Amino acid sequence: MNVQSPEKNGSDGRAVLSARGVSKSFGAVEALKNVDFAVRSGEVVALIGDNGAGKSTFINAITGVFAPDAGEITFEGEPVRFGSPHDARERGIETVYQDLAVAPQLDAVGNIFLGRERYRPGFLGWLGFLDQPRMRQETEEQLSELNVRIRDLGKPLSTFSGGQRQGVAVARAVMWASKVVIMDEPTAALGVAQVEMVLDLIRRVRETGIPVVFISHNMPHVFDVADRICVLRLGEMVTELDPKKNTTDDAVAAMTGAVRTRRGGAR
Amino acid sequence: MTGPQTDPGQTQEPGRRLAGLSSVLIVGILAFLVVVFTILNGTAFLNFGNFVNIAVDASVLLLLGVGMTFVIITAGIDLSVGSVLVLSGVVGGQVMVALSGTSEQVQNYQFPNQAIGIPAGIAAGLLTGLVFGLFNGLLITRLKMQPFIVTLGTLGIGLGLAQILTGGTNVRFVPTAIQSQIGTREFFGFLPVPVVISLVVAVIAGVVLAKCGFGRYTYAIGSNAEAARRVGIDVDRHLLKVYALSGLLAGLAGLLDLSRFNTTSIGAHTADNLASISAVVIGGTSLFGGIGTMIGTVVGTFIPAVLRNGFIIQGVQAFWQEVAVGVVLILAVFIDQRRRSAEERM
Repeated sequence: MNVQSPEKNGSDGRAVLSARGVSKSFGAVEALKNVDFAVRSGEVVALIGDNGAGKSTFINAITGVFAPDAGEITFEGEPVRFGSPHDARERGIETVYQDLAVAPQLDAVGNIFLGRERYRPGFLGWLGFLDQPRMRQETEEQLSELNVRIRDLGKPLSTFSGGQRQGVAVARAVMWASKVVIMDEPTAALGVAQVEMVLDLIRRVRETGIPVVFISHNMPHVFDVADRICVLRLGEMVTELDPKKNTTDDAVAAMTGAVRTRRGGAR
Repeated sequence: MTGPQTDPGQTQEPGRRLAGLSSVLIVGILAFLVVVFTILNGTAFLNFGNFVNIAVDASVLLLLGVGMTFVIITAGIDLSVGSVLVLSGVVGGQVMVALSGTSEQVQNYQFPNQAIGIPAGIAAGLLTGLVFGLFNGLLITRLKMQPFIVTLGTLGIGLGLAQILTGGTNVRFVPTAIQSQIGTREFFGFLPVPVVISLVVAVIAGVVLAKCGFGRYTYAIGSNAEAARRVGIDVDRHLLKVYALSGLLAGLAGLLDLSRFNTTSIGAHTADNLASISAVVIGGTSLFGGIGTMIGTVVGTFIPAVLRNGFIIQGVQAFWQEVAVGVVLILAVFIDQRRRSAEERM
C-alpha cells in the first residue's frame, strides 16, 4: 500500500483540506486508487496528470459531486462527507469547473451572485425583490480589490468571449471562497493577458492565506505559481515535485511514467 | 477575412444587433398593423371601444401566455394549457351548478345558493389547474421526462377528463351572475373585468420575472440548469413551481372563459396551446431558454388579436390572420436562431 502520511510532506501549517486513501471506481474502471492529498493554508498546490489520470474525478470526489468508494476526507481537522458541491461551497470551498458552469444569458453580477442573491430590505425583500444595485456595488468593490477587470457588468455573458467568461467564473470562486479555492484547468481557454490575470489572482489569493488547488496541463503556468506539484497517473498519486528543484521534464516524466519516479524508487 | 485587427467589440455586433432587432421588431409590427388598419378603416378601427374589444378577445390567451413565458424561459414547453383551461372551466362550472341550487331550480335559472356555489366553483377551477400543473411538474422533474411528451400526454388526459365529466356536451345552467358580475362587467363603465384581471396578472408576473429571485432563477435554469444546480438552486423544485403556475393560470383562464360565455366551450380551445406558444415566441422569448420578457408576451398576444379584428372590419376573410401569424412566428424563431448562433460563434 502506498499510503503516505499527508503531514509528512509539503509546507508548514496544518492541512485545511486533506484526503486519505480515496478510491473511486466506475464499473470495472478504477479511476482513483488510494489517493492521498493535502493542502495547507497559504500554499498553491498544482495537481497535474495526463488525460484520464483522474484529476477531475479526484476533485469531484472531494467536493461532493459524488462520494468516493473508500477513503476519508478531512476538512479543518474534522472528517467530512459533502453530499453535494453546494455543501462544500457552504463550508467555504469554491470550485471553478472545467466547463465553467456560468449562465450565459445572465450578466456578470447575476452569475457572481447566482444562488446567493441579495434581497431588498424590509417588505419588498420579503416579497422576493432583488437588491440589484447592492449586488452590483459589491461586485465592483470585490473585483477592484482583486484587481479583476470585467468588460461590462451589465451585459449577458453570452456577449463575452470564452476567456472573459472564464474570468467571471474565476472571479466568482475567489470572491466567495473563505477556505479553499479549487480550479480545474482555469487557464485552458485564455489569452495571454487573461492567463496573467488568473495567475496573478492565484498569487493574490495565496497572500490572503487561502490555499489554492490548481489543476492544469500547462507546465509553464504550473511552475509559475505552484508551491508543490502533485502528480496523478492512472488514478494513483505517483509523486510530488518541488517546482524550485524539479524541471518540466521531471513533471512530464512523472505524468507519463517514462522514468521511475522518486517515490517509486524510494520504496 | 479582412485582417487581424477585428477586435472583440466588433465580433459580437451581429448578436447584439439581432437581439435588439427582435424586441424593436415586434413593437414595430404591432404599431405598423395599427397604422395600416387605421388608414384602411379610419375610426371604424381606431376607436377606444374597438381596442377594448381586442383586449377582451386577447385576455384569455394572455393569461396562458403569462404562464407559458415562465415555462419557455426555463427551456420547457407546456402543451396542456388549452386542455387544463377546458377542464378547469368544466369543473368550476359543474361545482357552481351543483352547489347553487337544486337541479330543478337551476334549470329554471334560479340560483338560491350561488353565494356559496360561485366562490366554491372558482376555487375548484383554480385548484384543478394547480393540480394539473403540479402533475406536469412532478412528471417532468421526478421521472426526468421531456416537457413536450409529458404535456402532450396531459393534454389528452385533461381534455378526455373534461369530456367524461360532461358526456361531451358543454356545461349548462351556470349561474348567470358570473357573466354579469365578471365576464361582461366593466369597471367605471369602460374597463372590462377580464381585461383588468389578465393585465393585472401580466403586470405582477412581469415584475416577478424581472425583479424577483423567482424570475432570476427562471432565467438561470433556462440558461444553464447545471450551473444553477451547482450553486445550490433547487432546480426541480423551481420547475415544479413554474409548471404549477402555468396550470394555475390556465385554470384562471378557464374560469374567465366560463364567465364570458356563461358556459364552457370544450371544442374551442384545441389550438390555444399553440396560439399561446406563438404569442410568447413572437414576443421575443427564446425556445432555447434563458431569454424573454413579459412585455414581449403582451405584444405578441396582441399581434394576432389586432390582425383578426382588423381583417374582420376590413371584410377580409379572418382566416388570413392565421396565415399572417404563421409568417410572423417563423420570422421570430428565425431571428432567435440567428441570435443564438451569433453568440455561439464568439
